[in-house]
Amino acid sequence: MTERDEGEHGRARDAGERRAVGPWLLGVRHHGPGSARAVGAALAQYEPKALLIEGPPEADALVALAADEEMRPPVALLAHVTDDPGRAAFWPMAEFSPEWVALRWALRRGVPVRFIDLPAAHSLAGAEPEEPSLAAPDPGPEEPSLASPGPEAGTGPEPGPAAGDARVDPIGVLAEAAGYDDAERWWEDVVEHRGTAASGDALAPFAALAEAMGALREEGQGGQDGQEGVEGGASRDAVREAHMRLRLREARREFGDDIAVVCGAWHVPALARRTTVTADRALLKGLPKAKVSVTWVPWTHRRLSRKSGYGAGIASPGWYGHLFSSPDRPIERWLTKVAGLLREEDYAVSTAHVIEAVRLAESLVAMRGRPLAGLTETEDAVRAVLSEGSDVPASLIHDRLVVGDVLGEVPQAAPAVPLQRDIARLQRTLRLKPEAKERELELDLRKETDAARSRLLHRLRLLDIPWGAPAHSRSSTGTFRETWRLRWEPELSVRVAEAGIWGTTVLAAATARAASDAADASALAEVTALAERCLLAELPDALPVVMRVLADRAALDADVGHLAQALPALVRSVRYGDVRGTDAAALREVAVGLAERVFVGLPPACASLDAEGAAEMRTHLDATQQAVGLLCSAEGDGAPEGDAGPSGDAPSGLRERWTAVLRVLAEREAIPGLIRGRAARILVDDGRLEDGGTREDGGTRGDGGAARLMGLALSPGVPPADAAAWIEGFVGGGAGGMLLVHDERLLALVDGWLTRVPGEAFTDVLPLLRRTFSQYEPGVRRTLGELVRRGPVVAGVPGGGTAVLGRGAAGGDEEAVAPGFGPGLDRDRAAAVLPTLHALLGEGADGKDTSTGEMR
Amino acid sequence: MDCAMAENGAGSGRGTAAEAGRQDGEAVALRPHAEDAFAKELAALAAADDRPRPERWRLSPWAVATYLLGGTLADGTVITPKYVGPRRIVEVAVTTLATDRALLLLGVPGTAKTWVSEHLAAAVSGDSTLLVQGTAGTPEEAIRYGWNYARLLAHGPSRDALVPSPVMRAMAEGMTARVEELTRIPADVQDTLITILSEKTLPIPELGQEVQAVRGFNLIATANDRDRGVNELSSALRRRFNTVVLPLPATPDEEVDIVTRRVEQIGRSLDLPPAPDGMDEIRRVVTVFRELRDGLTTDGRTKLKSPSGTLSTAEAISVVTNGLALATHFGDGVLRPSDVAAGIQGAVVRDPAADRVVWQEYLESVVRERDGWKDFYRACREVSA
Repeated sequence: MTERDEGEHGRARDAGERRAVGPWLLGVRHHGPGSARAVGAALAQYEPKALLIEGPPEADALVALAADEEMRPPVALLAHVTDDPGRAAFWPMAEFSPEWVALRWALRRGVPVRFIDLPAAHSLAGAEPEEPSLAAPDPGPEEPSLASPGPEAGTGPEPGPAAGDARVDPIGVLAEAAGYDDAERWWEDVVEHRGTAASGDALAPFAALAEAMGALREEGQGGQDGQEGVEGGASRDAVREAHMRLRLREARREFGDDIAVVCGAWHVPALARRTTVTADRALLKGLPKAKVSVTWVPWTHRRLSRKSGYGAGIASPGWYGHLFSSPDRPIERWLTKVAGLLREEDYAVSTAHVIEAVRLAESLVAMRGRPLAGLTETEDAVRAVLSEGSDVPASLIHDRLVVGDVLGEVPQAAPAVPLQRDIARLQRTLRLKPEAKERELELDLRKETDAARSRLLHRLRLLDIPWGAPAHSRSSTGTFRETWRLRWEPELSVRVAEAGIWGTTVLAAATARAASDAADASALAEVTALAERCLLAELPDALPVVMRVLADRAALDADVGHLAQALPALVRSVRYGDVRGTDAAALREVAVGLAERVFVGLPPACASLDAEGAAEMRTHLDATQQAVGLLCSAEGDGAPEGDAGPSGDAPSGLRERWTAVLRVLAEREAIPGLIRGRAARILVDDGRLEDGGTREDGGTRGDGGAARLMGLALSPGVPPADAAAWIEGFVGGGAGGMLLVHDERLLALVDGWLTRVPGEAFTDVLPLLRRTFSQYEPGVRRTLGELVRRGPVVAGVPGGGTAVLGRGAAGGDEEAVAPGFGPGLDRDRAAAVLPTLHALLGEGADGKDTSTGEMR
Repeated sequence: MDCAMAENGAGSGRGTAAEAGRQDGEAVALRPHAEDAFAKELAALAAADDRPRPERWRLSPWAVATYLLGGTLADGTVITPKYVGPRRIVEVAVTTLATDRALLLLGVPGTAKTWVSEHLAAAVSGDSTLLVQGTAGTPEEAIRYGWNYARLLAHGPSRDALVPSPVMRAMAEGMTARVEELTRIPADVQDTLITILSEKTLPIPELGQEVQAVRGFNLIATANDRDRGVNELSSALRRRFNTVVLPLPATPDEEVDIVTRRVEQIGRSLDLPPAPDGMDEIRRVVTVFRELRDGLTTDGRTKLKSPSGTLSTAEAISVVTNGLALATHFGDGVLRPSDVAAGIQGAVVRDPAADRVVWQEYLESVVRERDGWKDFYRACREVSA
């Protein structure tokens, strides 16, 4: 309240009382369909010679585009700092926005239009992006956590009078005074639902509202102006309003008094106030300035809604659109629409249902003492009548109708989107020219530039701009290298324009896109793949969102198969993350969580499977085994290099639990032989079986040796087909043969079992066995054959008690020896090894004829 | 008032009701009807209520909603809340009764369906006794009419020999009838309601007559969400109802409060001493139940699978009561994790295969990591091993 004389909002009131004393200040609620109608009526009645709209003056040149055939709301005016597209502000307009209605009216009539808000050049220059990545707009459609735009950028278009939280919430106060707990509902009742027809003068509602706002401003003014005074650099609102006043004066000089101003209701009293030009100029002095570009961009209803980042503060754009576009009987039409949607989704909804719903909505209105049914009433009615108490249709309706899927369009002629500039800028700095000719690019990710190039290409791929396609590297397969095949096709420019809706910079757009993709992904594996891509593209802000979606999906997915499928990619990501130095802690946490879920779910899921199911489950088992191995070794990295097994804390826990699960799998009867065999095999490979229950099991409990398990599985009582499956699981796969070659105990068990198989069952078992053994390499097969022909040696097996093997085979020797070896030690042959051994150990051996030193 | 728990039996909310009845007269019913217990409030509301009332309604819809949700009248009379829950739900329910659609209250067991229906009937018609209890054996006569066979044989068929059902009486007098556990009633018997609800008549072919519902008649049915599929309503019948779903308690504190109070009441009747340090354990039980029921941890960060059981507040109460009995008779009198672990597992794991996975996942991914829950985790592991 410094140098202004205030309390003078007479002009607004005058406008209401007498006709045609301009300028007419049309205070609106941004995106209020009622306001839009009222503005339309007022413009039609008064026919101003010029129209001023709250918006960035830089956009004056773009006004004509709004009349373009191809322009379809919702669209937004986008202003961004020319060389830093991350600093941007949006002024969204929907079909039912008063600004849009006024704009179209003016363009139809050829009435000049001016935007009068503070130039974006100032407002954006003032915005210091504290975190560059976040200040960039993240219109992640469903992700509020992601979408926290820079403080200034987001409030640029001032999302409805109710949403400015820094200052008093004017509508909220009015609503509270009227006894409403919800400002939106109050506004609906008082403004949106009352036609303008009643009063005759189309300006009447604006005058009343301006008066209310005036009273409100005065009440809050003490704080408001005090703040201005104290903080020296006058409050944002004061500066904006000063600028609006100056523009208004300019317009009056040019067009006379027949001017209409469409602005937020909150500003009306300020515009009506009499102030001196010098005072206003003083307020605007010394504002920082930036070079700004402005364009139209397509917008969506979803982004108008409150949930999303650049939300315009409207919870129900679809409903507003409906209110605005339906000529009469809005409730009946709305509920018919709802019924249509439900029928499409195969809910049985009859006309009688709609009738009942309308009646209930109307009765509710009467009971609640409202003038007309609003969204609340229709929602209640839909829930009680149409959806029979279920929440599923209700949320469907909210998503598809109340918010809606409307996507705006912008004509080709609109200036380039900032994303395009950002890409061009990056291409320059990274010296990557877009060329139509295909070429290959080798990147060494340890180099800074190459890493940045790789990030750019990965991000563009996420944005569906496939400039580069990853190719298989010829030289090396290490994780430090990447090979790309680059080719810039002309249609990629179109893709860039399309991707423009995701953000103004490549980083922001890719982040938003990734978050949105994560929310839309249908399968768990898709999400893990996405996580991998996020890591490759280095989108640290998208990763938490993707991780969250991933964790949620994993928690709800009851199919262990899905979980096991998702695990390897995730674990790979953890390793990539390590390689690239990004913080993959969150990722690791999710991976460990996923592994835990697999552990819990695996034993029940393995029970009672048919042959096919068992085969599939075996691949999951292998995948999990591999993943757990990687995960533990990756975790081991944190500790000093060494055996990651027992030393580390968490990883060893994970490993122990996995071992416990495998033990269960290996021993439980109801589990198919294939899987039991496989589990036993994994245990053997990991060295977890031979020493039986080591630490936890207290030693003696079933010494769990491979031979014991195999003996159990191949006992005479077991159906041969089952036993064969066990064998397939245990020694199947390429490396299985070596196991048999080197552990003759096991070979003898197999051999012994095979000879016991009754003739009639043998033909059943044969295909299985053939499948198992045919996977071995020819050399291994031959060795096995030789071993079998030689006949097993009988051995008292150390440790596992005595096992009398190979009955009916060639008579046993007497000495107890290690399995797989002949009796006694052939000293001559053993000595032949020694020179090689010396050479390998580097003990300065004489090195003569090392090549023949190998065991033959 | 924690009337969310007051269904199917002497709910805690009725403590006050019984006391109110005691002040009024000498012979006190063990459990007075709502219209008697809250007669004073109803009278005060009727006196203060100047809004239009639908025909034969004792109160206006607004006053009925106030009666249920509580409030203070202009003359200072305090109306106790009968139902703690969202206002919108009550408004929809009352409004439905004012139309010609019947009201179906749905909800899992223990969400005060019966309680709400009783009070609605008491407030609207001043009589909550026109009640049909739905069971697997509910005959058609319970909904339509029966015969007094002595009279029938003596005098032949006549209106005098006819024994009207509560529904028939409600129709004739323009009152609110109640049907409890609608989905327990066999489908063919359920369908007798179709004519009553759509035509608003009840034909008596034996006499060539019919009873036409007079204005003011309506019907409140309650059904159990979890019983879906027991006797699923035919869509023809379903269509005559507006459905209102009563939710579970909204906040943990509300639920802890309800559980504590009920446990105390039950404990007293079982001669269990009040548990001095039981509060933590009760909170834990409620937390576990809520998290599994919602499929989400309380911090909202981790999603969970939900088991097949209801995990209603009522079950939480029984888990705690059981634990208390264990602690008293076999422990040191203090409610400890091991006392409730078995009970919780029993409540959660209904389906031995699927629910066990759910429970173990919960243990491993949530309980194990949580601060201060170590002993609880151990106790649960012990039980489930």
